Amino acid sequence: MKEEIIIAGFGGQGVLSMGKILAYAALMDGLEVSWMPSYGPEQRGGTANVTVILSDSPISSPILNTFDTAVILNQQSLDKFEDAIKPGGTLIYDPYGVNRPPKRTDITIHRIDAMEATFDMENAKAYNMVVLGALLKAKPMVPMASVIKGLKKTLPERHHHLIPMNEEAITRGMALIP
Amino acid sequence: MTIEEIIKPENRVYAKPRLLNDNNMHYCPGCSHGVVHRLIAEIVEEMGIEDKTIGIAPVGCAVFAYNYVDIDWIEAAHGRAPAIATAVKRLNPSRMVFTYQGDGDLAAIGTCETIHAANRGENIVIIFINNGIYGMTGGQMAPTTLEGMKTSTTPYGRRIDLNGYPLNITSLVAQLDGTCYVTRQAVHTPAAVRKTKNAIKQAFQNSMDGKGTSLVEIVSTCSSGWKMTPVQANKWMEENMFAKYPLGDIKNTVKQ
Amino acid sequence: MKEEVRLMKGNEAIAHAAIRYGVDGYFGYPITPQSEILETLEAEMPWETTGMVVLQAESEVAAINMVYAGAACGKAVMTSSSSPGVSLKQEGISYIAAGELPALIVNVMRGGPGLGTIHPSQADYFQATKGGGHGDYHLIVLAPSTVQEMADFVTLGFDLAFKYRTPAMILADGIVGQMMEKVVLPPARPRRTDEEIARQCPWAITGRPATRKPNVITTLELDTAQMERNNERYQRTYHVIEQNEVRYEKFMTEDADYLIVAFGSMARICQKSIEEAREQGIKIGLIRPITLWPFPYQAIKELSDKVKGILVVELNAGQMIEDVRLAVEGNLPVHHFGRLGGIVPNPQEVLEAFNNKFPDAKK
Repeated sequence: MKEEIIIAGFGGQGVLSMGKILAYAALMDGLEVSWMPSYGPEQRGGTANVTVILSDSPISSPILNTFDTAVILNQQSLDKFEDAIKPGGTLIYDPYGVNRPPKRTDITIHRIDAMEATFDMENAKAYNMVVLGALLKAKPMVPMASVIKGLKKTLPERHHHLIPMNEEAITRGMALIP
Repeated sequence: MTIEEIIKPENRVYAKPRLLNDNNMHYCPGCSHGVVHRLIAEIVEEMGIEDKTIGIAPVGCAVFAYNYVDIDWIEAAHGRAPAIATAVKRLNPSRMVFTYQGDGDLAAIGTCETIHAANRGENIVIIFINNGIYGMTGGQMAPTTLEGMKTSTTPYGRRIDLNGYPLNITSLVAQLDGTCYVTRQAVHTPAAVRKTKNAIKQAFQNSMDGKGTSLVEIVSTCSSGWKMTPVQANKWMEENMFAKYPLGDIKNTVKQ
Repeated sequence: MKEEVRLMKGNEAIAHAAIRYGVDGYFGYPITPQSEILETLEAEMPWETTGMVVLQAESEVAAINMVYAGAACGKAVMTSSSSPGVSLKQEGISYIAAGELPALIVNVMRGGPGLGTIHPSQADYFQATKGGGHGDYHLIVLAPSTVQEMADFVTLGFDLAFKYRTPAMILADGIVGQMMEKVVLPPARPRRTDEEIARQCPWAITGRPATRKPNVITTLELDTAQMERNNERYQRTYHVIEQNEVRYEKFMTEDADYLIVAFGSMARICQKSIEEAREQGIKIGLIRPITLWPFPYQAIKELSDKVKGILVVELNAGQMIEDVRLAVEGNLPVHHFGRLGGIVPNPQEVLEAFNNKFPDAKK
């Protein structure tokens, strides 16, 4: 098993921490993982992306030119990564940040209204967890129990009371993909 | 009195401190370093802290201080002595740690380390020999060189428009909340030597007690650099250096 | 603290490994992309647990001199920075080498020259391996390619530094500093006591007990004959290190027709290029120097007899290639591929570069 994923959007959307929770969940599940962020002085509003690789054997390059799955949350990222998805791969995107829909016909495309679902939850901070839920539904690479473990590892103890809210957001995200 | 009688222990008025060894000092006649070295050896011995004392030697004339006083020493890169003292004291909190620095080392290349160590209130002692000149490299202008004073790099005298003002670093350091004791002394008369000894002793005690940073400036002569006899240099210092760098305690927050 | 499996950045792994190694002091100054080392240490508050001193210094210059001071006291002390900051530290590193003191310096490289960029680079290879400061000296230079090695090389670096009384450097880059991977943190061991330090390092500055002569750490020696003897002593140590401490890793070299030489994170990118090349029937192998000094000249020389050409891949304009060329003594063509200024090539780009340099390999 090997899954090469790019998650890309604006800084502040929780792209990096979503990747981190996914990576931690996979680690809890006994997989090898790597998490390679783009890093820069932009904290909010700039573009941010992270390459996450999950594998049952040791991972060589943490930097990739093609991906099995792309999670795209803004137009710049779609422009940058649409062509980098392997034929037969998966693209998940939120139309909230995308004004030109993807053109590829040789991949599976999931349009998810994650921002709208987040508005319904009245909790903007849950956005990345909604997206993570959709990703896990489209590509069930780690079980929910490991994701909860990953959340526990990633969140500081004082924020552990937020785990049920995160779980709800993941469930809502899963429901976005039929 | 015969010589035999004079050297009897009961007639002795002064003895070389045990920690001051017999190596010939490289300092010029009339130099203040020898007197201050002797005071340090004497005080460490009297306080019984030779196993707890760590000295940081500078770059400058006193670079070889470690050759004369028999304690553990680290020789610092130019200007970095307060950073080195910081780490030594933090890693060995029970030790008495002091730096021994000249004006170029402390107030030019090492200003940053001086200010920040003092501002953090490191429990160290800075002994600052201020003779207004770079001695070891052959008498160039120092930050503390007085206006009009001739040096090899101000051959017509220090000009404010070209070289800026003499830096009163000690008054600057006294403003920092981390310092507990800042004083300016000299060693040109027996009375001044006694006062300096008391000042260094208090500073060493402050380091042991963890009271903060102590700085003891010793306004000094450089007869070679100033191109004077030792007697002329002392007189010149009293008339000129003390005007810009007046003697006395500038700050003392530690109750005696 | 017991052995623990965690997901963390390379920079964070260095901080945790330092606490667990029993490091006595860390002195640093913020600079991207390695500030997480200082941040993690401040957040972990090891002074409450192991007694480790952590200090944010006023500059890189102050920080390296604090390391010189701690090393002079026989303590296990370290600093970390990134390229411009490491340039500032060079004088202090030269003093540490000259003082024959053990210490660990971490450089998480970014693109230069000048203020450059915050993005990954390997352009400080010359500075690290050829003596970045003044005088004839060497550092033991360890090049990690995984987060696990970031942690492991803290232990290895200190062990070697104390064994040979010479500074060691972890030469990492922004990729391995910023990426997260699984890391197995070793169980914590206690910091050495003052008695153990006095026994292990009789030269250390401790405050002079009545039972011994004064200890002095100085790098000044005006007697030229003595200074030459000091230099000869340094060189003897370096020679022993060259004999004993060369480390490298081979990947698919057994049947290789060509060889890639790459270090650090670049070596991992090249591994993937090699996997893709083999799918096309091109047999490339990889040798990854782990110690950049001492350099694995002999291992590369031996492999050079079996292959038709070598590609050296580095995030610079061609630095390690000089050592590779020295190793093969003109035996065969040695080419270079590198990206500059913080750009990291992906595996496909490396393979394209290989095919351009060795067009016959595809036949």
